[in-house]
Amino acid sequence: MSASARQPASANPEPGGWFAARRRLAGFARTLRDNGFKVGLSETGDALAILAGPLAARPSTLRPALRALFCGTHSDWERFDEIFDAYWLGRDVHQARVLAGTAFEGRAPGRHLKDVGSPTGAAGLPDHSERRHDVGDDTGDGQGRREGASRFENLASTDLRHIVDAADIAQAHALAARLSRVMRARLVRRERVRRHGRRLDLRRTIHRNISHGGTLLDLAWRKRKIKPLRLVFLLDASGSMSLYTAFFVRFLHGVVDAFHESEAFVFHTRLAHVSASLRDRDVTRAVDKLALMAQGIGGGTKIGESLATFNRWHARRVINSRTAVMIVSDGYDTGTPEQLGEEMRRLRRRCRRIIWLNPLIGWRDYSPQARGMQAALPFIDLFAPAHSIESLAALEPYLARI
Amino acid sequence: MTLNRDDISNRLAAVGYIADHDVATALWLMDFLKRPLLLEGEAGVGKTEVAKALAAVHGAELIRLQCYEGLDQNAALYEWNYQRQLLAIKTREGDGANADAIEEHIFSERYLLERPLLAAIRREKPPVLLVDEVDRADEEFEAFLLELLSDFQVSIPELGTIKATSIPRVVLTSNGTRELSDALRRRCLYHYVDFPDVDREAKIITTRTPGIDTTLALQIARMVASVRKEDLRKVPGVAETLDWAATLAGLDMHDLRQEPEVVHETMMCLLKTREDRSRLTREVTERLLGKVA
Repeated sequence: MSASARQPASANPEPGGWFAARRRLAGFARTLRDNGFKVGLSETGDALAILAGPLAARPSTLRPALRALFCGTHSDWERFDEIFDAYWLGRDVHQARVLAGTAFEGRAPGRHLKDVGSPTGAAGLPDHSERRHDVGDDTGDGQGRREGASRFENLASTDLRHIVDAADIAQAHALAARLSRVMRARLVRRERVRRHGRRLDLRRTIHRNISHGGTLLDLAWRKRKIKPLRLVFLLDASGSMSLYTAFFVRFLHGVVDAFHESEAFVFHTRLAHVSASLRDRDVTRAVDKLALMAQGIGGGTKIGESLATFNRWHARRVINSRTAVMIVSDGYDTGTPEQLGEEMRRLRRRCRRIIWLNPLIGWRDYSPQARGMQAALPFIDLFAPAHSIESLAALEPYLARI
Repeated sequence: MTLNRDDISNRLAAVGYIADHDVATALWLMDFLKRPLLLEGEAGVGKTEVAKALAAVHGAELIRLQCYEGLDQNAALYEWNYQRQLLAIKTREGDGANADAIEEHIFSERYLLERPLLAAIRREKPPVLLVDEVDRADEEFEAFLLELLSDFQVSIPELGTIKATSIPRVVLTSNGTRELSDALRRRCLYHYVDFPDVDREAKIITTRTPGIDTTLALQIARMVASVRKEDLRKVPGVAETLDWAATLAGLDMHDLRQEPEVVHETMMCLLKTREDRSRLTREVTERLLGKVA
């Protein structure tokens, strides 16, 4: 970067002060990195150049300059001022980190730290789910949950932590990979059928016809690139779903791994974009990370509100016309059913298919009575059970037809 | 030409772009750090206008590359003029010229069609290169763009490497239909363009609509601000506001409260879907008008 090279020339005349400023700046960059900003060496170098330049005179001019440099996304943009004020204007940095961290960490920082420290924290979600389950949410279905869902119940009653074993992860992954394969096979076939393009590709045509002495016999066409099917996964991680979240998080990891184009979100009272944490190669670490993110949960589920957040901020980016949205939730919503219905309608208009997987369908005598579920039903293309690996595997023929 | 930040602010105002301070800072930093600027924001907040204003400020040419799905190097960088080349081959064949000479001839500058990216690096005076809606192009193109933005040279196999004669000021805009790569985001300065606040929007209206009352402009700005707060599918942008202001000025309005009927009927300048239209009923319009007053 040329800018960093410029910096010593215009440096502060007082070397001691300059050195201190540099240390402060390095600390600031570190704070930003802790807060999830993508700050590299070249950014820090440029920031030094700014610090040596005319804008450093006042915080009111320095802030927009550093903000333009360090931010990369809208969410960075919105959090920057807070972190900047905390760091440069003397408020407590640690307080800012908590404020500016992800919503989940922010909700219960004490518990977070404790769980990271404890050895059981590494085992991931199931342990916490059990604990939370015992504390109980008062939706009144706690008893029922213990009875349902054969496969899970067995494991749950013996030792929830067994769900983390390698074989189960492998199984979830294999299933996700298989689902992605059937969806792809379909695409490949479609591509082959469309043999003729819309426009002549002159560059290739000429190249191909060199052997004919430049006379154009063999024409090359251009066709539109076919987009692979995209899968967007919205996982309910609320208290009432706690028994299933552990498994689905693993499935989610498999999905994100197998589908080139897939996005994953977790919601309870708020929505979190988790694709990035799931892309971690190391399965256990990825799942652990997610388990930590999902930890602030408990209390109610705001499905409608989470969907609204999704529609407002993420839908445009992650949804195209060939997107299947998979929502995994039991449909117990503490928000208003009207909002849920409205947001489902919006979502329906954008995407190709909405698949709602409800673990409760696996129970005997279940009918979707929850008001939220009722409001969402008209917009769902497939309403299917998802209480075991087998029920997920049963989705295969449906996904192959999308 | 280096300008300081206040110069940029003043010049932006002089060319009719009412900027907030942060934009001026970002534009100044572009020159200072030699980085491209990435603008994000909702549709209609005036992202493209920033680039146009920047070009006007520096008195530079604006070269625009509109991205779309399937945009490839040929459409963005350069293309050979195949028709002319074919023609040239045919005529030369008749003359009995040898093959090497023909090849030399048809792969010369004369047959090269400049596309925006190549054009931008071959100008005498640094132009402003606007890469509009970069999120619509696919990832491969983004990677290619990244390479061009760091090296500022292009290699054309038949012609050799072309180095930039001047480094353009690059502005990228994105509507957020696709997540841009971290690499591109890191390479760029970032500015999130928000809807202008009421005072700024009123100023924009008075600058862009000749002969409009300042009070009416302020009322319009307030009205639009409250319309934006309603739950709409398509939030009206600054361009829509200007349309509306021009309409009302054309109808010789001086006070929105006097003719709520006209206000309601001309709201079609702001609301572009049937759903939004039906949501803003007469009653809602009147309620909003009440707040404006």
